[in-house]
Amino acid sequence: MGHLRAPFFLLNIDMEFFTNSLLNGISYGLLLFMLSSGLTLIFSMMGVLNFAHASFYMLGAFFAYTITQFLGFWVALFIAPLVVGIVGAGFERYFLRKVHPFGHVPELLITFGLAFILLELVQLVWGRASLDYRIPAALDGPLFTLFGTQFPKYRAFMMFVALMMLLSIWLLLTRTRIGLVIQAALTHPETAQALGHNVPRVFMLVFGGGAALAGLAGVIGGNAFVTEPGMAATVGSIIFVVVVVGGLGSLGGALLASLLIGVVQTFAVGIDASLVGAAASLGVAVTSSTFGYELLSLKVSQVAPIMPYLFMVLILIFRPKGLLGTREG
Amino acid sequence: MKFALKAVTASVVLLTSGLVFAQAAKPAAKPAAAAAPTVAAAPSETKGQTVKIAMIEGLSGAFANVGQNQLKSYQFVAERLAGAKNPAGVNFEFVAFDNKGSPQEALNQLKAAIDQGFRYVTQGNSSAVAGALSDAISKHNERNPGKEVVYLNYAAVDPALTNERCSFWHFRLDADTSMKMEALTSFVKDEAKVKSVYLINQNYAHGQQVAKYFKEGIARKRPDVKIVGEDLHPIAQVKDFSPYVAKIKAAGADAIVTGNWGTDMTLLVKALNDAGMKLPLYAYYAGVSGTPTALAQGKDMNVSQVAISHSNFTGELRQLRNDFKTKFNDDYYTFQTYLAVSMLAQGVANAKSIDPVKVAFAMEDMTFKGISGEAKMRKSDHQLQQHIYISKWTKATAKDPYSEENTGFNFAVVKALEPYVSSTPTSCQMKRPS
Repeated sequence: MGHLRAPFFLLNIDMEFFTNSLLNGISYGLLLFMLSSGLTLIFSMMGVLNFAHASFYMLGAFFAYTITQFLGFWVALFIAPLVVGIVGAGFERYFLRKVHPFGHVPELLITFGLAFILLELVQLVWGRASLDYRIPAALDGPLFTLFGTQFPKYRAFMMFVALMMLLSIWLLLTRTRIGLVIQAALTHPETAQALGHNVPRVFMLVFGGGAALAGLAGVIGGNAFVTEPGMAATVGSIIFVVVVVGGLGSLGGALLASLLIGVVQTFAVGIDASLVGAAASLGVAVTSSTFGYELLSLKVSQVAPIMPYLFMVLILIFRPKGLLGTREG
Repeated sequence: MKFALKAVTASVVLLTSGLVFAQAAKPAAKPAAAAAPTVAAAPSETKGQTVKIAMIEGLSGAFANVGQNQLKSYQFVAERLAGAKNPAGVNFEFVAFDNKGSPQEALNQLKAAIDQGFRYVTQGNSSAVAGALSDAISKHNERNPGKEVVYLNYAAVDPALTNERCSFWHFRLDADTSMKMEALTSFVKDEAKVKSVYLINQNYAHGQQVAKYFKEGIARKRPDVKIVGEDLHPIAQVKDFSPYVAKIKAAGADAIVTGNWGTDMTLLVKALNDAGMKLPLYAYYAGVSGTPTALAQGKDMNVSQVAISHSNFTGELRQLRNDFKTKFNDDYYTFQTYLAVSMLAQGVANAKSIDPVKVAFAMEDMTFKGISGEAKMRKSDHQLQQHIYISKWTKATAKDPYSEENTGFNFAVVKALEPYVSSTPTSCQMKRPS
């Protein structure tokens, strides 16, 4: 353990593991980005913290499952996000807009309530069991084999869709007329209104668009993972972490945070080092009778899944505006 | 925007804590079998009475699909074994209480159930919840003579519950991890190809015990088998298991052992399948809601299951499974629900009363109709003694046509172990009420 290669040796990293983990990390990170881009978009544009965002993700998966039964996956890929977007826009138009004048807390509460209602509705319609929502045959199977491990086609597809999504949002916001109107309506709503733009409608479109993005993530994540009513709860907290770490309202920040969290988490799983091991290599003997042994003997791999939350806490303490955020909160 | 940031922080903390506290469960295995014998005349003292049982289970959250399936299973069996179809002539009623997978919530629900007059409680998914319930019930019974509650544990397999933490009021219907691992290691002993094993489990009582007992058993029976890696991951938190799969690959394992269940099992199977890893997987809960579907997507996955049940039961239990499928288009896989009702019925018949204290005493050392012939509730620790099966994920055949989750596959028996083979000693010092 004493050579210069120590870090690599200690962490038991070889090229095969490194490459596989990097690919896994990036693809997982891009899925996180798909999930959180809509949330950060809605927040940056409307100042609304949408608690029901993960529910739109769930809704996307369930709609896609049903549409797939009749029209196939490729149709579902386009229709399901659209339907989710319409649901989102409808919610903004008939509910959110009504409470908007009362400030942030009522807005927050109404989206919170919506999350519960959507969950119950999904359980009523589709039941509580997980659905057999499968990857389409064309995307099933390995794309290439690297060091004997297959990289599935579907993961590559997920990455592709996420990148396309990023590109189209960026083009839409910066290169089109509607994007300019949206930006104007967000920073200077009164002026935009005075110039004859329908600002409430812009808000409705933004909210619907954000929901549709979550729906798209659902279409793609639903069959990659598991489509069941609990799926919203399992991603609910992580997407908030992504948005906070990246900087509230920053699309680039969300991308950076997603990739960072995806890659760090993936590599952390592969590291079995603990503080006990570190102490041992420094010549300090730590045994089960040492104070705090339980904590010291935790392996990095065991801590991996809570790392994003640790990140978030650190970011909130040291850089509250997030990695690429512009607001100081 | 000052407010908004605070709100975000508060909400994230809220959400996160909700998620963390909501997860802590573990599910059930499966058995089956015997022809329906004619039932002796029911004692007149109990005939026509109703035994009400509170099912305190995780019925929402990440593992809701499992709990919901088991609730249906219980109610279905209760209906099938009602009245004249059981030796006591009683009816059974199962009422759901949602513990959301959390020990704390389970205790609240226990209190609610007791307040509503329930004297029988059942729970299974999560040894963490089971431990809390067992302790709380013992305390309650000590303090409230005349209002005792009996606890039927149908799936929590932490050996501690029938050893150092044993209780007179707790009866376990599934085989505990020490027994399952005794069975599994006896099987793996003869699998010459298995040389390097990777253990991946959920980080809580159950998963830790799976790892511990496997290592202990295999060291005894096949000291040449190496444990090349061991992971404990948080329960119900991991969405993408591919990092773990990459790690298993890097460790050079040639077999995997896991006690994972529910979505943690399904997602593990998916990730293995995605990476094209075909190494043998030895599992506890490969037949639980959602997992067979994922297995079928993997086509030729090499999966063995250690459980008190399998897919090849005949007679009454095969009929039961088929009828369950017809009624719910879902699989009946928690055969312990059958055992629970059968045991309770026999206990009531022997006690000639539905009083929980009398029934609890009557169930000690009692033999009753199990799923693989007679089953016996051992008096010393209240651990049911019965067959354990190693079954393998195989294409359904004309002889054994059951199709798990309509996949065309099922778990075919490769080895049946008599009760004595996997019976393990207990350290229980049981305190019986005077």
